[in-house]
Amino acid sequence: MAYTSISGEKMVRVDMISEDLLASMTSAEKIRMILDGVIEGKILVLERGLMPEEEAKLIEATMVEISPEFVGIEIESYPAKERRSLMDRLFGRTKSQARLTVIGSPNQLKTIKKDRGLITALISEV
Amino acid sequence: MWSSLRGRFSLWVGKIFGRRSVKIGIYGPPNVGKTTLANRIIRDWAGEDVGVVSDIPHETRRVKRRKDVKINVDRSSIKLDIVDTPGLATKIDFRDFLSYGLEEEEAKKRAKEAAEGVIESIRWLDDLDGVLLVMDATEDPYTQVNITVIGNMEARRLPMLIVSNKIDLPTASPVKIIEAFPQHTVVPISALKGNNMDTLYDGIYEHFR
Repeated sequence: MAYTSISGEKMVRVDMISEDLLASMTSAEKIRMILDGVIEGKILVLERGLMPEEEAKLIEATMVEISPEFVGIEIESYPAKERRSLMDRLFGRTKSQARLTVIGSPNQLKTIKKDRGLITALISEV
Repeated sequence: MWSSLRGRFSLWVGKIFGRRSVKIGIYGPPNVGKTTLANRIIRDWAGEDVGVVSDIPHETRRVKRRKDVKINVDRSSIKLDIVDTPGLATKIDFRDFLSYGLEEEEAKKRAKEAAEGVIESIRWLDDLDGVLLVMDATEDPYTQVNITVIGNMEARRLPMLIVSNKIDLPTASPVKIIEAFPQHTVVPISALKGNNMDTLYDGIYEHFR
């Protein structure tokens, strides 16, 4: 769904979601918010992205909704960073740090190029 | 967390008693050669194929498991359960199958089955001891599927080997994959031609024993 400005231009809505808001939500809430947003035609930019397990759950939830009308999501993020505190090093633990993530409908969001430090995408109205 | 601990404990017990197969999932996006690789490994060591391959994406739409494939490396061996999984994707549009000559109803059915296959693949991640992540050496390695699988294996702290497939093609660039994921071991192969499979078997033994 495209949005129309007062002057009549077709526009795309972009929701930029802060790390704090994401931290206050459960995994299930994040996934529902993302899928509802994509279905409504929004582009979502997550400041801190999803954890790898949440990304897997998001793909699973997306597949449940696949139909001729809903073809899935376009999701792009950078590879996760490993974060190890002193305690983590002592106990041999590794924590992945989620990174900025862009999500939208594949009909709206087209990734042109992606590497370790740059994601280039085009956004269009549906 | 619990599934990771349970998996590692189970692997450890299996190693101690030397009687358990190591469950290895073959993962990756559609059409990177997962089933070709599964067929190659199982043909090399058990003399049979596990699945059908084709140029149409999402040919494998159900997980296929071949138990107790014994791989000999030098004077040692490792017993594997090979789990060939449907290609992971974040989008499946039945219209994409029409260009391969499928009728609309057939394409819709394939899309539905492919979506179910993706779900099944993801659920299998909880039951594996390790993963062979297959990438197409002629394609950009930074796909979201690759990033998600690597992130999940790192979070679960399970062993993973990246297989850079299709090196027999002139546009293949396994170096791109090695540069993209420097923290992981990358083995360039051609599952179709059987190139460099011995190096892969050595890697499997080292990573999953």
